[in-house]
Amino acid sequence: MNLRIKSIIPQLLTLLFVVAVIGFFTINAQLNMEERGIDFGYGFLNQESSFDVQFSLIEYDGSHSYAKAYLVGLLNTILVSVLGIIFCTIIGVIVGIARLSPNYLIRNTAAWYVEFFRNVPLLLQIFFWYYAALRALPLPENTEPLFGVTYLTVKGYYIPRLIWENFDILIYSILASIISIVFIRNYARKLQEEKGQQLPVFLISVGLLLILPAITFITGMVQLDVSLPVLKQLSKTSFIYAEGISVPPELIALVLALSLYTATFVAECVRAGIQGISKGQKEAAASVGLTPNQILKLVIMPQALRIIIPPTTNQYLNLTKNSSLAAAIAYPDLVLVFAGTALMQTGRAIEIVSITMLTYLTLSLSISILMNWYNKKIAIKEK
Amino acid sequence: MLRTLKALVYLLTSIALLVSFETSAFAKKSKTLKKTQKMGFVRCGVSQGLPGFSNADASGNWTGVDVDLCRAVAAATLGDSGKVKFFPLSAKERFTALTSGEIDVLSRNTTWTLSRDADIGLTFVGVNFYDGQGFMVRKSSGITSVNQFKAGVSACTNLGTTTELNMRDFFNSKGIKYEPVTFEKADEVVAAYDAGRCDTYTTDKSGLAAQRIKLSKPDDHIVLPETISKEPLGPVVRQGDAVWEDIVRWSLNVMIEAEEYGITSANADSMKSSDNPAVKRLVGAEGELGAAFGLDNDWSLRIIKQVGNYGESYKRNIADTGILPDRGPNQLWTKGGILYVPPAR
Repeated sequence: MNLRIKSIIPQLLTLLFVVAVIGFFTINAQLNMEERGIDFGYGFLNQESSFDVQFSLIEYDGSHSYAKAYLVGLLNTILVSVLGIIFCTIIGVIVGIARLSPNYLIRNTAAWYVEFFRNVPLLLQIFFWYYAALRALPLPENTEPLFGVTYLTVKGYYIPRLIWENFDILIYSILASIISIVFIRNYARKLQEEKGQQLPVFLISVGLLLILPAITFITGMVQLDVSLPVLKQLSKTSFIYAEGISVPPELIALVLALSLYTATFVAECVRAGIQGISKGQKEAAASVGLTPNQILKLVIMPQALRIIIPPTTNQYLNLTKNSSLAAAIAYPDLVLVFAGTALMQTGRAIEIVSITMLTYLTLSLSISILMNWYNKKIAIKEK
Repeated sequence: MLRTLKALVYLLTSIALLVSFETSAFAKKSKTLKKTQKMGFVRCGVSQGLPGFSNADASGNWTGVDVDLCRAVAAATLGDSGKVKFFPLSAKERFTALTSGEIDVLSRNTTWTLSRDADIGLTFVGVNFYDGQGFMVRKSSGITSVNQFKAGVSACTNLGTTTELNMRDFFNSKGIKYEPVTFEKADEVVAAYDAGRCDTYTTDKSGLAAQRIKLSKPDDHIVLPETISKEPLGPVVRQGDAVWEDIVRWSLNVMIEAEEYGITSANADSMKSSDNPAVKRLVGAEGELGAAFGLDNDWSLRIIKQVGNYGESYKRNIADTGILPDRGPNQLWTKGGILYVPPAR
């Protein structure tokens, strides 16, 4: 009994302390806001925002509500995070493996890359890509096309706009091919387990993914029109490309900086993961007659992933949170649109900052949950 | 017994009366004023560098008409116009800095609007510069009027300003689709515009004139003649301290009224023997104007002597630096402008 009380008292005290601190801040904020005539409430979210945003994934202009502006910012944050995570993973894996290469040049180039990019502050890198690298790009009228139909200019990267007809049929065909791939893979595994025969699953999968959607085009069910960027004159010396899609230079600079920076950390995770597998595993796999590709795919990677995933999750979270530096170079992310312009126009600091914090928390937790689920899936299952 | 009781009642009543007088005299002194006098400096929020309004030189000396307003408040309340601590703030930070009590005066080319005045715990005390939003473009573009803008035009501006809203109103009314590119710092806007990211740079015209100097080739750019909005810029204080609000308001008004009566930093002392009672009141030779704020009677004299009148401040900061030599609407009402302040009496 005595012991139980003893163990409860510190917990109670801690709880009381936390409640007191939160209470103090709440009451303090309330009193001060009352004194200065500031009211509190989330009603402003339904008001007309009356400001425009440079780049939005959904239809938005100033006649929409602040809630919609929030959504615009959130989607832009998610866009830059997803792009950043994809690119940093690709670069990170390549560089991580390159660091273990027997080739002196490749190994050392990778090492230099890692040391350079992870030791320069991220904000500086963002400024570099935006103000130094992208500023060196030509004006629209002087631009040579890249890949024939795209134009990389100081005002943005102009790419053709795709205009689909019956886009849903294409989606169905892709879904159908994915489902059939799953069936074929199951069949191949059964074949392997029962008869020891191997099917070229990878080749069949790629083939299916290409052929089924291609049929929809050939039969004319799905049609694709491409609207190419066309140079348009705004004034005597000012030009843009109209008709196509313009990827703002702010987005390019941000994705470049974020993925190059985070890739260094991912590369180190990958290197650590591969080096964490003992040499004996590789030798044993080779001695039972597996090819080098099979060794990497069936023996090394499944074990290395267990080491790689948890620290890489951290890097994904960092990247998402670092994307808030976007405000420095005018990329309209959540911080710039909502915690910037919207906060300024409404003056509702407490409401908006609290919503923004909760949003980042939710984003981070979602990534965390997803990665934990994946980690559990590949973890050693004790039988 | 009765006499002693009576005496006691008298004593208590007189003490109570004394105390109540004391507190009423005390109430005149504002909380912010007391704090300022205790700290020994005025905490003043300014811009991060806008020539003519608030700009720091290489050795950290601030100059500008917005800066002079803070210096005037320091001269009035602390007796020394040098006792100001400047806080450079971005447009995004400025109101939070004021409402959270980090600064006591915000003098940062801030537009007076209804929602800012009424909604977010701020009070605008006056106008020290009448401005309007304009556009700057490259001369080579051949654009000479806002009517020549075409759909697809990209416009660089500052985040969290009235500019963002005016710009939308303007382009919408013309039915032009535009691309707003908003930066937090003025320097970033200028850099982006200079590099060709944007076709036009839009902000208050005074700001355009001041920022043009920062461009690599100022002569290659022009400010278009049209003005698309009203931008009355003025100092702001926190809501809830009416006396402090009055001190800042009248520090500004004294500067403008001093110009009206021809009182300058050079002749202020000799004006004490003027025949005009309005002049004598302004230099503290007549009346008890300072007492209303809990200040001494020389507060206005110090402002004029140490900072100068509005005309001197304008000439020193905006005209002589070549930003806007023509005073335009920022001229006294007696000389064709719209500067008109209530009488100090």
